[in-house]
Amino acid sequence: MSDTTVEFSAAAAPLAELLGSALEIIARYPAGRERSALLPLLHLVQTEEGFVSPTGVAFCAEVLGINKAQVGAVATFYTMYKRKPTGEYLVSVCTNTLCNVLGGQEVYDGLVEHLGVGHDQTTPDGKITLEHAECLAACDYAPVVTVNYDFAIDQATPDAAVTLVEQLRGGERPAPTRGARLCSLKEMQLQLAGFADARDGAVADGPAGAPTLRGVTLAQEHGIAVANFNPDTPIAKTKPAREGQPAATEEKK
Amino acid sequence: MTQPSREVLQKLTPVLTKRWLSPDAWMMDVYERLDGYAALRKALDVHPDDLIQLIKDSGLRGRGGAGFPTGLKWSFIPQGDGKPHYLVINADEGEPGTCKDLPLMTLDPHSLIEGAIIASYAIRSNRAFIYIRGEAVHAARRLRSAVDEAYAKGYLGRNILGTGFDLDLVVHSGAGAYICGEETALLDSLEGFRGQPRLRPPFPAIAGLYASPTVVNNVGTIASVPYIVLGGADWWKSMGTEKSSGPMIYSLSGRIANPGQYECGLGITLRELIELAGGMKPGHNLKFWTPGGSSTPLLTAEHIDTAMDFEGVAAAGSILGTTAMQIFSDQDCPVYATWRWLEFYHHESCGKCTPCREGNYWLVRTYRRILSGHGTYADLDTMQDTADNIFGRSFCGLGDGAATPVISTLKYFRQDYLDYIEGRTAPRLSEKALVGAH
Repeated sequence: MSDTTVEFSAAAAPLAELLGSALEIIARYPAGRERSALLPLLHLVQTEEGFVSPTGVAFCAEVLGINKAQVGAVATFYTMYKRKPTGEYLVSVCTNTLCNVLGGQEVYDGLVEHLGVGHDQTTPDGKITLEHAECLAACDYAPVVTVNYDFAIDQATPDAAVTLVEQLRGGERPAPTRGARLCSLKEMQLQLAGFADARDGAVADGPAGAPTLRGVTLAQEHGIAVANFNPDTPIAKTKPAREGQPAATEEKK
Repeated sequence: MTQPSREVLQKLTPVLTKRWLSPDAWMMDVYERLDGYAALRKALDVHPDDLIQLIKDSGLRGRGGAGFPTGLKWSFIPQGDGKPHYLVINADEGEPGTCKDLPLMTLDPHSLIEGAIIASYAIRSNRAFIYIRGEAVHAARRLRSAVDEAYAKGYLGRNILGTGFDLDLVVHSGAGAYICGEETALLDSLEGFRGQPRLRPPFPAIAGLYASPTVVNNVGTIASVPYIVLGGADWWKSMGTEKSSGPMIYSLSGRIANPGQYECGLGITLRELIELAGGMKPGHNLKFWTPGGSSTPLLTAEHIDTAMDFEGVAAAGSILGTTAMQIFSDQDCPVYATWRWLEFYHHESCGKCTPCREGNYWLVRTYRRILSGHGTYADLDTMQDTADNIFGRSFCGLGDGAATPVISTLKYFRQDYLDYIEGRTAPRLSEKALVGAH
């Protein structure tokens, strides 16, 4: 169901103002396939509440015309849907094997001790939710720490991580090493729901790191390129590009 | 740190990574200045079947791990069947050790979009999805910006470049589930369900997204397409080996001087890659490594000259996978490393298949016991038996991946296990750590 008007029950009504965004999300998917919008919709409800509450579940169910059990089954499957209120910043430390042996476990343990919270717990001031994460696809920068999923510290040390969380708790927003300028976790959820980052310059933020460029830089320094690249190499044609239309420029519709 | 020799440097093949050196290549005007969207114009000027033949001729094989021939996969899509066709790009990069797709999408997102348009045209699809890992927020930011630019330029949308071809492309963020990198779990997730694998057959080419014919390809596979369209199949085959053609981005991490991404022709060896990376870290000697992420059987120092292509790694008893080479030294413990991977597989098992769900649960506990100094000889048999009962007994490869480090470390590093059991190695996990572990 993707009517432009939805009669929300009392359980979902507190999120009724999200309907416009929800309909935009649903419109991305083929007619009759509205359920594909469920993952982005669950990100969307987190923009308001910071987690998927019973209200969020009811909202998604009523917008899509499915039942709450169907939504709940999906919401509880995925790590990024939080089941209790979160802080302004989600600090994730990779403790998967590679980061772990290079010091990620010490970074995580240091934060646990410093903040006095464990995995998936939030500091009493509501600023930091801590988690240990699985491989964050940045092993060449190991160990890594992310803030609201943007890469915040590369080659992290316990001291650097403590400094970072203290800055965040003090109201500062230090620039991530390879991501956009920080926003709140709730604001990040809007991007996860598929909406463009509207902040001026945010898309351009985040330089490429040296490890990413290591191989290609080495090639450039030594003048190495792949030989014989000719972009005009013809493609063998066995038939016209479009049926009944030998001229490729002719329009079909 | 050592300097690589000229001979080894010549093995670098900057193709997909070349634009990464242009800091603004993620923007349309810069991308267009660097050959961008030239391949699309060229592709739209030939019949889709001729494009599929070109990709077949190039020998391009899937970059996501399985190495299936891409042109053949495209040709499986039934034509004239009256059903909608879909292209779904697997950008759910999460295999431990793998870090090649995120930088590509962050630094050169248009190359993926251009490849997606060409691939969609070839398989006669009017709707494509990029399923990107949720945590990959900066790559998604750049990708969404690039998609908007492509719509504005008329490369996406209705009647693309006046050819009558229509395509809509949606960037869909996941929500933190490793299993969704498995193609059928990804499709379930994209349909709005829990990401759990489907039984195959039917394969996605017949019944994929919304039970319609669907091609699922990895980011690296699709991003390769514009280069093949421009340079031709013969040029592409001038890199790599006869059966494993083209360049590949090798992700090197761990105990080496310069971790990073190195794009080389398929078939390079670890010895040569370590040389490119400036050698091992001082004081470290190679002990074990993953050829293609933690789901591929570990290899050891004796495999350092194995050709890193699909055939070479298979002959060495492992899998090329995602060419994510995590390099460990004599200062790293294979038992501890395997335990940590198992914690990961245990957490990420979707729970659908009993061997994977229960097997990983018990393996993690057995490893904790060994690492806390309470292991027994019987534990080794239990682990082997459990791993053997996970391997090949689950719907998807996650179960196999989990069993893999267990089986390979028991094969190569049994002594390291015995050292814990017989008290020669000090326990790595304390009782306190065991309480907190989950």
